Amino acid sequence: MARKYKGIDHLTPVDRVVVGLMIAVPTLLVLWLVWVPAIGSVLLSFTNWDGIGPISSAKNVGLKNYTDVLTIYPPFVPALQHNLIWLAVMFLIATPIGMFLAVLLDREVRGSRVYQTAIYLPVVLSLALVGFIWQLIYSRDQGLINSVTGSSIDWYGDQRYNLWAALIASSWRHVGYIMLLYLAGLKGVDPTLREAAKVDGASERQTFFRVVFPVMFPINIIVLVVTVIESLRAFDLVWVINKGRNGLELISTLVTSNIVGEASRIGFGSALATFMLVISSIFIVIYLRIVMREQR
Amino acid sequence: MTRPTSEAEYLASLVPASVRGVSRRTLLRGALGAGTLLAAPSLLAACGGGGSGSSSSGGAATGTVTVGSNQSDAVPKAAIQSVMDAFQKANSGLTTKINTIDHNSFQENINNYLQGSPDDVWMWFAGYRMRFFASKGLAGDVSDVWKDLSGAGMSDALKKSSTGDDGKQYFVPSTYYPWAMFYRKSVFEKYGYTEPKTLDEFKTLGTQMKKDGLVPIAFGDKDGWPAMGTFDQLNLRVNGYDFHVNLMAGKEAWNSPKVKAVFDTWAGLLDYHQADSLGRTWQEAAQALQQKKAGTYLLGSFVAQQFGKGAEQEDLTFFNFPEIDSNVGADAIEAPIDGYMMAKRPKNEAGAKKLLAYVGSADAQNIVVKADPSVIATNDKADQAAYTSLQKKSVEFVSQAKSIAQFMDRDTRPDFASTVMIPAIQSFLKNPKDIDGLVNGIEKQKQSIFAS
Amino acid sequence: MTAGSDLPLVSVPRSKNPLASRRAESSGAKKQRNRGIQVFLAIVALVWIFPVGYALLGSFRDYAYTAKNGYMSFGGFTLDNYKNAWQQANFSHTMLNSAYITIPAVLLTLFLSCCVAFVVSRFSFKFNLALLGMFTAANLLPPQALLIPVYRMFRAIEVPFWFSDSGTLLNSYWGLILVNVAFQTGFCAFVLSNYMKTLPRELYESAVIDGAGVLRQFFTLTLPLCRPPLAALATLEVTWIYNEFFWATVLLQSGDKFPVTSSINNLRGQFFTDNNLVAAGSVVIALPTLLVFFLLQKQFVAGLTLGATKG
Repeated sequence: MARKYKGIDHLTPVDRVVVGLMIAVPTLLVLWLVWVPAIGSVLLSFTNWDGIGPISSAKNVGLKNYTDVLTIYPPFVPALQHNLIWLAVMFLIATPIGMFLAVLLDREVRGSRVYQTAIYLPVVLSLALVGFIWQLIYSRDQGLINSVTGSSIDWYGDQRYNLWAALIASSWRHVGYIMLLYLAGLKGVDPTLREAAKVDGASERQTFFRVVFPVMFPINIIVLVVTVIESLRAFDLVWVINKGRNGLELISTLVTSNIVGEASRIGFGSALATFMLVISSIFIVIYLRIVMREQR
Repeated sequence: MTRPTSEAEYLASLVPASVRGVSRRTLLRGALGAGTLLAAPSLLAACGGGGSGSSSSGGAATGTVTVGSNQSDAVPKAAIQSVMDAFQKANSGLTTKINTIDHNSFQENINNYLQGSPDDVWMWFAGYRMRFFASKGLAGDVSDVWKDLSGAGMSDALKKSSTGDDGKQYFVPSTYYPWAMFYRKSVFEKYGYTEPKTLDEFKTLGTQMKKDGLVPIAFGDKDGWPAMGTFDQLNLRVNGYDFHVNLMAGKEAWNSPKVKAVFDTWAGLLDYHQADSLGRTWQEAAQALQQKKAGTYLLGSFVAQQFGKGAEQEDLTFFNFPEIDSNVGADAIEAPIDGYMMAKRPKNEAGAKKLLAYVGSADAQNIVVKADPSVIATNDKADQAAYTSLQKKSVEFVSQAKSIAQFMDRDTRPDFASTVMIPAIQSFLKNPKDIDGLVNGIEKQKQSIFAS
Repeated sequence: MTAGSDLPLVSVPRSKNPLASRRAESSGAKKQRNRGIQVFLAIVALVWIFPVGYALLGSFRDYAYTAKNGYMSFGGFTLDNYKNAWQQANFSHTMLNSAYITIPAVLLTLFLSCCVAFVVSRFSFKFNLALLGMFTAANLLPPQALLIPVYRMFRAIEVPFWFSDSGTLLNSYWGLILVNVAFQTGFCAFVLSNYMKTLPRELYESAVIDGAGVLRQFFTLTLPLCRPPLAALATLEVTWIYNEFFWATVLLQSGDKFPVTSSINNLRGQFFTDNNLVAAGSVVIALPTLLVFFLLQKQFVAGLTLGATKG
């Protein structure tokens, strides 16, 4: 039965229910499994709960966990530094390399598809596998680097090098990921824009930076978000290397070693997790502001 | 059966004083020291026989018993399987279902596992860890099982190690293994070395080994726990068993001159250790010993797993960690026990108890120690004639020790051991110079953790 | 800004690539530059593929041989590592477990994020932005920080036994699937909503005039048009959820329910130093995601274009 047309945003009662459900189900799921636990973790960070028995057995210890983290927990400051280094390397080195490769691949020289696949290959591997594959190269006694160069540097074990060794492995994967995202974006750029720029006499570089890059705003945002997510949540790789100790401390590994396993310092671990949440939220706010400005 | 491949697993494998040869006095002191970590255990109840459990371990047990196993490697997994098969054969009507979880995941999730839906019976470790879960109400009382085990080859000392703070038993031991300085007989013969009795002798030996192109002590601490063993041995030799127990219980200051002396002694020995230890696993370090690149290796007897069965394992032997202070002596050693526990509310209690009685028996343990000759059976009646020479030596070694101490993370709180001591010892290995800063840092964290 | 007024380029056919016109008028210098780019890309691709190739090579070699002669030697080739890895890690079983987790989780994620994206892009509600923010911000939260509360909730929630044999959401595939869905919906909703915004409103207008309700618009109009980004997201999500390991080991408690990614741990332990065996296991684990990528590769690039980007 045809309805009377009342404008395209008009909703019948049935539509209203449908729209309501479409939005409510995913929203409730995310609230329930992401945001409620996040708030729960913040609350737990003010207790000394050991994770066993009812939560009511937890005692409120105020800010003690936070002061302990900041004053007498030696791995915290290195972890914070490592996280920032990680973010910086991904953002300043790995991401630009990925973008650059995408621009080159977009030129469709012969064999582009093959190169593209090769560069993307690491992305389908889990970070645990990435860690292992690089172990074959880095290993002190059996690794490729040392058997070729004859050095005896322990790339994963020596704290002077292991962060950088892990960053190379991580970048290896990250570059492929960014390359593909960006390539996808480039393919979507309206060809007439480039034509027009060319007619105006712009060089290729000018065309890219003045025309292509700006119109790729949404993809740029995705790349930014992905980079930040991957850097802040970096965990698996260093966890398989050495559980995030001895030069590879990251906040995520500190959280894990405090709350997972038998240590079960839930309160203390949650305080560390809250630091992570706070740092994340800085980027969340930046990101939301960019998106909002865009939407206006 | 004991292959700690991760710090978590090792942390897990706590064990208190064990086995025959432990003097009653030491045991009592040990129990007092370690026991007061939680609440003073009921010594009388522990020493007196029998538990207070009233449910029957006999009767017709049928159905399925589930077993949580962290033995995911091929060889021990097969050994567990054959133990369970033998159990099923002996008890018609009972079947077992093994839930194998790789040891990393098992250890990391143990708290969640026990609070979720644990298996009827699961593999665990004696000591603080066992008592901790017992006191938290996460483990079932198996005193019934012990009524039978006590007369069937399980010593009183073992019973004590299986007893919780409330005087009831919560654990059934299976195997154990000593820590010592391992070496290859052929290497010592080739260079004409003799077993050193004192630290000075050891240093002389170490210097000679260096001249002969050997690494005196193989060493790997990537996983964080092996170096705890070194600390313990030094602490036992420098300060003695009682101090060790009290220090672990949080009753001694970590920044005391006594602890500093341990680290100082260790710093003086670091030259003899294999370099770059923080990137090396214990298996890789064991390879150095196996390939005759290193002279000795301080580890538990599970080091034998890295040696070929037969001739190569026969070539492996050990000596006690040398004496440092003659007033303290060298008669305290470490020998952790592995075994089984029961869920608080097992789905099949009668079957679970039957199974526990079986894994404590000589029959079951014979199967296990045969499959893994790097450990020895806890049951006195186990067939020692079939032991390898290393197993025989291990039995003799623990029976001669005056006091059998526990591993660092077996005597102290797990949160302290894993989140404070592992990073602390690793930072000592990186920078052995700043001992004052190190011990002060440990003490501050200890106070915060033990206060909560 | 991306909401154009005409049909989006759902995919860019390769032959009509923007570069084609440029290439037609290319001079000799340009050809040379392209040659340079080609060589450069070839080198980069080789460098990138090298670690994988090195692991692959190792996986075919006998441990005893490489331990004795080093990896710089040549020889000791064998298929035993694959045979042993397959048996020891019980891959045939764990692969199936991974499928039980990954397939429903990916389908559910894509469906729910389509719903969100549809509403957000189709209607201009005031809360749209806040909603999208909530979804995408959830992606930034570290999972470790949420572990304990999620675990406790799952343990407390009792479900019928036909739904989960443990009686709670803990130790049940559904619990794990829900967590994966909750974590992945944000990113997908974000990408999809960007894409859907490029769908012209005229399409909906004519549909509404034809009397199509919201459901019909969603299923007959939006979803078919979103096939490219869905293919792209499916590839990414399969990779992510398949590789997910953290939640799996915490929320599943029986070893026989663990996904294939945990199998690698079974190959370590005693055999930690047998890198060749672990390498073989790694190759096996990586195969399904590689397969999905090759199958969906074509749609992948086209799909992530997020619609035409007009100025």
